[in-house]
Amino acid sequence: MKNETKQVETTGHVWDEDLQEYNNPLPRWWLWTFYITIIFAVSYWFMYPTFPMGDGFTRGMATITYTNAKGETKTVPWNTRNLLVQEMNESSSAVKQKEFLDKIGKMDYSAIANDKDLDGFVNSLGKALFSDNCAACHQQGGAGIVGLYPNLVDDDWLWGGSFANIEHTIREGRYGFMPGFSKVLDDKQIDDLATYVLSLSGEKGDEKQVQSGKTLFHSDTAACYYCHTEKATGLFSQGSANLTDQVWTIANISLNTDAATKKAEVKKVITQGVSRHMPTWKDRLSDTDIKLLTVYVHDLGGGK
Amino acid sequence: MPQKNSVVTEQEVLFKKREPVYNRSVKGTFRSIKTSILILAYSVYFLLPFLRWERVGDVSDQAVLFDIVGRKFYLFDLVIYAQDIFWLAGFLIIAAMLLFFVTGIAGRIFCGYFCFQTLWTDMVMMIEHWVQGDRNARIKLAKQPWNKEKVLKLGITYSLFFVLAFLTSLSFVLYWGDAFELTQQIFTATAPTPAYVTITILTISTYVMAVFAREQVCHFICPYARFQSVMFDQDTVIVAYDEQRGEGIKGRHKPLKEYKTREERQQQGVGDCIDCGLCVQVCPVGIDIRDGLQLECIHCALCIDACNNMMDKIGYPKGLIRYSSENELLGEKQTNPWLKGKSLAYASVIIITIAALVWSVWSREPFEVVITQVRQPLYVVLSNGDVQNNYEVKFTNKSKKEAEYQLTLDNFPDAMLDMGEFKTIVLPPEKSVLVRLHIHINPELVNTEKQKIVFLVKNIRAENESIRVFNYFILPPHVFKE
Repeated sequence: MKNETKQVETTGHVWDEDLQEYNNPLPRWWLWTFYITIIFAVSYWFMYPTFPMGDGFTRGMATITYTNAKGETKTVPWNTRNLLVQEMNESSSAVKQKEFLDKIGKMDYSAIANDKDLDGFVNSLGKALFSDNCAACHQQGGAGIVGLYPNLVDDDWLWGGSFANIEHTIREGRYGFMPGFSKVLDDKQIDDLATYVLSLSGEKGDEKQVQSGKTLFHSDTAACYYCHTEKATGLFSQGSANLTDQVWTIANISLNTDAATKKAEVKKVITQGVSRHMPTWKDRLSDTDIKLLTVYVHDLGGGK
Repeated sequence: MPQKNSVVTEQEVLFKKREPVYNRSVKGTFRSIKTSILILAYSVYFLLPFLRWERVGDVSDQAVLFDIVGRKFYLFDLVIYAQDIFWLAGFLIIAAMLLFFVTGIAGRIFCGYFCFQTLWTDMVMMIEHWVQGDRNARIKLAKQPWNKEKVLKLGITYSLFFVLAFLTSLSFVLYWGDAFELTQQIFTATAPTPAYVTITILTISTYVMAVFAREQVCHFICPYARFQSVMFDQDTVIVAYDEQRGEGIKGRHKPLKEYKTREERQQQGVGDCIDCGLCVQVCPVGIDIRDGLQLECIHCALCIDACNNMMDKIGYPKGLIRYSSENELLGEKQTNPWLKGKSLAYASVIIITIAALVWSVWSREPFEVVITQVRQPLYVVLSNGDVQNNYEVKFTNKSKKEAEYQLTLDNFPDAMLDMGEFKTIVLPPEKSVLVRLHIHINPELVNTEKQKIVFLVKNIRAENESIRVFNYFILPPHVFKE
């Protein structure tokens, strides 16, 4: 390596007789990068939203053009919100999703359920729709909360588990009501009734109480059979529960709850009654969304 | 008033400016080998995307295709799925070990003959040679003022460089889509954006690396060039100048008066090197091999060709510069490099990895079933008191035929299995599907909270195609309290 002798310019100032300062200009690449950033910044001001103006902002000259779901072509100023709108309408995945949705819109339920290629789509979009709209009450997996929101994963349906019934439930909502019997029946009667109701699903109880409860169930005093039917299997049109199966939607009873707790739980329901309400979704969801949700919910635990 | 002034200072130069390499072209054995490898490598690289390969079903007919969207890599008859990506690790281990193995025995064979930096730099130098002529013409052209001839020749050279860089990047992109369709799309401005971005970046990088950086990549950038010196030993084959023979006692000497014949030279104590400088002129990295083993040397053996040609011409024996080893040059005892511990270790790793990879590819199941339990909720009680668990089952057909899968339980005879409307799953080749599965059982028939279950999946259209998948069936814990 050789040493090079070079003259370096100074600023021309001299302090304390011999103190001088080198005049080293900025590196050229740096300077030019700086100029380019200035040019970039100025053109950016004109192209994109930049300065606040009163309660608005300068919108810039750049625009976004997209075709929305109704087929209208729209041109709007460039901003990230409009960019998202464009993406939701025109991105390749949006176009692909629309293809599927159009196809599903034209198919009937049994055709959708039989199409294994659609199963994946229905499951993933159905899950998203369910999470957004239903999971707040029915919980993420659809298991609901005992006493408050019905379990959609089991095979017991209060309002019917066919495609048509599920769609009607989602579209129009439901209002489930059972009056409380605390003023109509005395404690003994409620106890007898509870014993009878538990015997329907196989729980052993005092034979006398069961008989007395059975008479009450079918009498016009308690009038249970009005809604729960003569056989106590419930009515889809009323949303009345089937009392003969192992699924309890209001009383907090599981497979090994002890006899005393079971009776207490059933008595609580008879005493207090039930009032549950599911809102209508027809104004919030599109027909295809409702269709997708119906198939998804039907699939959750095996619909009927 | 301040006066403009100047001070004299001394500045040390930290970086030496690159001295351009004007290498002389040479003919010879090693040049021919290098050219053949170049032609072979270029033919494979540029033409392979266009090779078609017959496949069954609605799939690509491209022999080698890296389908990112479909998450499948096609390599002739082998289709590699995303799940098989660990094969890549095996392949990389083999490649790395092979490199170490070869380097330990034969030195920088890879650098000299196979490295793409060497190949592309070689191509760039060939283009220079075709357009501007050989070394002397190129030096003259570089020195002459900017006249018509210089502008024309340099213009053509750099345009050809650009074409080379562009074709390189284009070919790279063609491996990731249908080559014919993509080529058409690229030139009609309808290709996907990533294709253009990749082409732009690769064109620029190829241009910078092969045209401007050239040997500097080996000198300053390539890590392999640096760390392979640790794989060298005294018996490793290297391109070397026989110093004893070339320098004699008094050193090399030009064949001037009294130094003409070999006898005269030996009497004078002068070596066989006539200092013609050809070995330096042909060197693509611009070094002098007579300075000994150097980090910069890529062992391309072009100096061997040049020196042998000269030795032939003046009637000296060949091999003043030759493939040799340090021990051989010093006259020490040589060990067979193939039998050294490290060579055997590398070789055994290579053989084991190849065996494992081949076995893994060979024994791959023709289909894949992934079963995941739905955990929200873990279980549900049905109206008849049964307990139900839900599962998501993903079938992937990896074979080349349409398959029909039947799913049964192998160890849980009392359980009921319900796949909705589907009794069997029919899948075309290379497709996958996700279905929901419900299993329910009377809890009294089970005596544990967490029952291990085995699914047996059979392809009923083929013989002996079945796999077993394990999972669990969960029951409410309180059932077993007593």
